[in-house]
Amino acid sequence: MTDLSLSNRTIASKPAPPNAATAFRFPTQWIGVAPFFIFTIMFLILPTLYLVVGAFQDGNGHLTLDNLLQLVSDPSISNAYWVSIKISFWSAIIGAFAGLALAIAIVRGGLPNWIRSATLTFSGVASNFAGLPLAFAFIATLGRVGIVTALLRDVFNLNIYAMGFNFLTTAGLIVVYLFFQIPLMVVIIVPAIDGLKKEWGEAAATLGATQAQYWRMVVVPVLWPSFLGTVILLFANSFGAIATAYAFAGPALNIVPIKLYSQINGDVLHNPQLGYAIAFGMIVITGLANVFYIWFRTRSERWLK
Amino acid sequence: MKSGKFWAWVVFALSAAYFFIPLLATFEFSLRLRRGVHSFDAYQIVLGDPRFQATFMYSVIAAIFTIILGVLVVVPAAYWIRLRLPQLRPIVEFITLLPLVIPAIVIVFGYIRMYGSNSPLPFLASDLGASALLVIGYATLSLPYMYRAVDTGLRTIDVRTLTEAAQILGAGWSTIITRVILPNVLIAVLSGAFLTFAIVIGEFTMASLLNRPAFGPYLQNIGANRAYEPAALAIIAFAITWGCMSLIQILSRFAPKSANRPN
Repeated sequence: MTDLSLSNRTIASKPAPPNAATAFRFPTQWIGVAPFFIFTIMFLILPTLYLVVGAFQDGNGHLTLDNLLQLVSDPSISNAYWVSIKISFWSAIIGAFAGLALAIAIVRGGLPNWIRSATLTFSGVASNFAGLPLAFAFIATLGRVGIVTALLRDVFNLNIYAMGFNFLTTAGLIVVYLFFQIPLMVVIIVPAIDGLKKEWGEAAATLGATQAQYWRMVVVPVLWPSFLGTVILLFANSFGAIATAYAFAGPALNIVPIKLYSQINGDVLHNPQLGYAIAFGMIVITGLANVFYIWFRTRSERWLK
Repeated sequence: MKSGKFWAWVVFALSAAYFFIPLLATFEFSLRLRRGVHSFDAYQIVLGDPRFQATFMYSVIAAIFTIILGVLVVVPAAYWIRLRLPQLRPIVEFITLLPLVIPAIVIVFGYIRMYGSNSPLPFLASDLGASALLVIGYATLSLPYMYRAVDTGLRTIDVRTLTEAAQILGAGWSTIITRVILPNVLIAVLSGAFLTFAIVIGEFTMASLLNRPAFGPYLQNIGANRAYEPAALAIIAFAITWGCMSLIQILSRFAPKSANRPN
């Protein structure tokens, strides 16, 4: 309360006496944010809008819905969307629950302290370890000549490839994607679990709540918005991922980002309008997911301040 | 409580197995190039490959330019918003989150269409232009991380008081930014920079579609054509990511403790 610096809002907001600077106020006011806005408009917003507008135009610039209809009517494209959505959905759900379990284990499980910090550091690394190297690691592990494949075959007499295992299936890609999904969940959800105040548990106990009641009536309601929000972020995270899957099968694999990649490279269809439509579909799906994410995040922040 | 601890160990052990078996298996696999014995031959071949050196250097330089561009775009904006334009904060936060919403492949597709050889701004007409566009694309991808790192750094210092003090002492805007604000948020900027570095170094989609001789396309090429070298490259990539994250952790210990914790 004795803070008399100019950062004090009530003082700072009082009208300052006019001075020379006022005359040049307009340029200085915006000059700091100008590079940011010029950059993001030129290299983020306009290129995206260009594709969105293109999705509604035919080759001569006339308005049309044909491109978007093709997304639905062309079975290979609608199938790619469906596979991508399935992979993203399940890798997000499984990753979120596994990550939540791991986060609860290291925060509240009574494990030694070094395990918590080691897990958090590792999660920071693994959540950024996506792309081609991740695919190489899994090929060396579970590929046809991978070490775990050989071990299972020689020691346990289990031939996983004969059993139908394959990286190029939905299940195979989910197993691989979990390698970055689970750590991302841990990184995001640990602060939320830390935010559960000890006093709430004590208050619940004082009021006679059992451990199960405390979890059901306090922990779950407080955590679910940030949990659900993170699920959606994980969904968007794997929906846009291409490099890992591309390393397994190249352009052959039928998921949306690889479809778009081939389309841009001119391998398959070479119809830019259709490319715009595929891109537009991706933006709509991840955009919708993120609208929910932002909504849930603001809800969860109310509790965790 | 006892059973809780038991389950915590079970969960931890299962997770550790899922994460460490692939890494250990990859490492073991990478040592198998020479028949019958373990050796570091795969690493020697990879590290000695002139294309490895060339593409890796290309990506390192691209990462450095990305970081410089990111700092130039983000720091003044984050500073100015704290100082003068807090009403813009929600808009800027929304924009910096967009690269998480719009997949990288969509962004680069937009670039190819908008900045092709026949466009008013023909970035893709020359090699240098295309490389510049790659750096720009990387800076866009790193925007969410860079902005948050810098904004968190600015939160721990009293921007307004520092600026006013510097102004009273006669400093101009460039002096204030370079000699007062930047040193104070340097550690935050660096942690954003290392994260950017980790993201850029193996990035595949943008580099490949812009046809740049970067590390990501090289990785893809090796992965498609060799057996043991990709495993060695995966271990190297993991070590680089690990190095970047460790540097962020070490740096965060040096970060200034909040001077004006708003209680």
